[in-house]
Amino acid sequence: MEPHSESAEIGAAEEAVLRVFRGGVDGKAVDYTVPVAPGMVVLDALHSIQGHQSPDLAVRWNCKAGKCGSCSAEVNGRPRLTCKTRLDSLPLDQPITVSPLKAFPIIKDLVTDVSWNYQVNKRIPAFQPKAGGEWKMYQRDVDRVQEFRKCIECFLCQDVCHVLRDHSKHESFGGPRFFVRSAGLEMHPLDSVSRTKLLKDELGIGLCNITKCCTEVCPEEIHITDNAIIPLKERIVDEFYDPLTMLFRKIGRG
Amino acid sequence: MSPPYETHEHDVLIIGAGGAGLRAAIEALAQGVRVGLVCKSLLGKAHTVMAEGGIAAAMGNVDKSDDWRIHFRDTMRGGKFLNDWRMAQLHAQEAPERVRELEQWGALFDRTDDGQILQRAFGGHTFKRLCHVGDRTGLELIRTLQDRGVQQGIDVYMECTITRLLKDGDRMAGAFGYWREQGRFVTFKAKSIVIATGGIGKAWKITSNSWEYTADGMALAYEAGAELLDMEFVQFHPTGMVWPPGVQGLLVTEAVRGEGGVLRNRNGERFMEKYDPKRMELSTRDVVARAIYTEVKEGRGSEHGGAYLNISHQPPEYVKKKLPSMYHQFKELADVDITTGPMEVGPTCHYMMGGIRVAAETGQSTVGGLFAAGEAAAGLHGANRLGGNSLSDLVVFGKRAGKAAADHAKSVSQGALDAAQLLDAEREMLAPFERTDGEFPYEIHRDLQETMQSLVGIFRTEDDLQKALGQLEKLKSRLQRVRADGSRMFNPGWHLTRDLRSMLLISEAVTRSALARRESRGAHSRIDYPNSDDLWGKKNNVIVKRDGEMDREERPVSEIPAELQQILAENK
Repeated sequence: MEPHSESAEIGAAEEAVLRVFRGGVDGKAVDYTVPVAPGMVVLDALHSIQGHQSPDLAVRWNCKAGKCGSCSAEVNGRPRLTCKTRLDSLPLDQPITVSPLKAFPIIKDLVTDVSWNYQVNKRIPAFQPKAGGEWKMYQRDVDRVQEFRKCIECFLCQDVCHVLRDHSKHESFGGPRFFVRSAGLEMHPLDSVSRTKLLKDELGIGLCNITKCCTEVCPEEIHITDNAIIPLKERIVDEFYDPLTMLFRKIGRG
Repeated sequence: MSPPYETHEHDVLIIGAGGAGLRAAIEALAQGVRVGLVCKSLLGKAHTVMAEGGIAAAMGNVDKSDDWRIHFRDTMRGGKFLNDWRMAQLHAQEAPERVRELEQWGALFDRTDDGQILQRAFGGHTFKRLCHVGDRTGLELIRTLQDRGVQQGIDVYMECTITRLLKDGDRMAGAFGYWREQGRFVTFKAKSIVIATGGIGKAWKITSNSWEYTADGMALAYEAGAELLDMEFVQFHPTGMVWPPGVQGLLVTEAVRGEGGVLRNRNGERFMEKYDPKRMELSTRDVVARAIYTEVKEGRGSEHGGAYLNISHQPPEYVKKKLPSMYHQFKELADVDITTGPMEVGPTCHYMMGGIRVAAETGQSTVGGLFAAGEAAAGLHGANRLGGNSLSDLVVFGKRAGKAAADHAKSVSQGALDAAQLLDAEREMLAPFERTDGEFPYEIHRDLQETMQSLVGIFRTEDDLQKALGQLEKLKSRLQRVRADGSRMFNPGWHLTRDLRSMLLISEAVTRSALARRESRGAHSRIDYPNSDDLWGKKNNVIVKRDGEMDREERPVSEIPAELQQILAENK
């Protein structure tokens, strides 16, 4: 490959082939050749296809800056934000495959129906401040919650999670995104609601066997498994499975 | 007759689900009316999510001497006194309460050592005033409002685009649009409509704005007979990325300068000393943008035609903590480590000061039952907006518009939907599919962006603006023959055919207003009229549709009451 004279450091190939999934449930991959510019990302390539070859190519995007989490897709089989996936990070001597998220029903091309996520979110009780509390919080106490609130809802963690992706447990499992959201509420220094029963019984957090796939794909580098899911699981164990607590509960009910 | 489309009925219909739309929806719902919220994207993806540096509110947590009067004065000075003084006053007075409210709804701002909301310095603000969460304040704001709204029970219509406001006589009756996913048409009945659709950045080539920023709301309001105000004032943010090409225009938050970032040219000179020695890098955006542009134009630009912005004198851990998304953005997209070296930055189209003319207290436009808030509305920012004043604008005036829209809805009956208007709206949307020989919209869009970028940019002249008007006419006639391919299922090419119409219309409003204002003020710089003109300093431009044509007139800026005059006169 001959590098561009003035851009040897960024981007080298002249052209790339994108193998993009087109259509609905019975769709198939179609190859497009696009010119490569320095620093180009996969979303740029998709826009190039829209603008010059196929104006009806369906792709969600908004900010193109990694802040909104709209342009999620599977690039060479890996869940990615297409706006942050540089072409020069991929082997360009073979086609780059771009497919829709597998864990959600396809609508068209790269657009899937992610409305289920919004339904799950609705079931999580909102922040409820402690009555009469003073509105003082210290940075050391909000640090860990701020990590969870970095989430841009790209749903890549949902897509990669085998409970949803391979076992389609959408009915009984909330998914990493909503464990992160719950953790953000549960660990808010001034919150007064408990969501542990919901997490245990309805959002099925027990189904997670902490393989950390979600953490690996998170573009915001949130430590989903270690910082959100495991502490929530521990809370549930403390609350529902601690032998002493269980004993007290039995006596109380008796 | 009842229309043959899927129809939803609400008392208040809000178009746009960024900060202003969500805040309006929450308030309208609190007033006990039925609220519908329509947005072009998925909920939570609106442009508010990209706001980085913070929300301006005179809380006085860091600088105890700050209060609303000084915020008011900074805002008016930043806007070169073309602002609606009453909006600037309400904004400064109410912003702190709106911020506290966000916190009570679960937002977690960065903290001071004594446990209060931390505030940072920003351009044009006398004191440290911007409440923030690192450099992702907009995300915190939209997520907080989104969760609050959903929990309160707002009906949200995601990925739905409104293409027409429907009137019953001279008042609002509803709206017509399509579902982006399936392409089916849908109508909404409503007594009040709030427009919160943001700006028009996508008409420029180098822009920090997302695809949604196509001036829809301003165009809908204009077509419905509402007045547009201050359309010549388009803000070019001084610091967008300039390299590599794919990320050109991407925002580099002003917080970099707020945290001590220094601008230099290729000769290593700290050039802001020439343009604003007192405020330096924290001068207002119009001044810094022109300074960078001038340095580049005069041959002192950086390697890829910008300026060098350096924050690497701060400890790396501090930079990563306070500017995390900037750190990642440059590392991942430009191979630059901002903790060790400078960023390359240049001006990028960022914000529309102009918009729908509204009453300060209510957000009521000049059409009955039609309200506007946020970037789609005008008045607060005058000739130039201060950083941080946008997020506060959204919540202060979103709430006000939501309240007024609910009050209005309670006082009127539902208007009737007119079959002829619906038929016309449908015909307009289907026409691009019927053409077999026209061009696709992307080419027209690229040419529009070239036109606005090169002829209606930071520096303007009579010649360029006249040329731009001519080009816009040609683009309009090309749009008459635009075509869509494929089906109505999630078809971005088809969607763009409609968005382009709004962009062309509002680009014309911008150009006509810019042509008329023969002076330089705030974000509007005329090379042929480089000075400000006292007469123009007392006038706003208003654009309105008359007899089917775009008409422009000048209106006197409203007189500032004596007690506020006094605040403005104080020197500090």
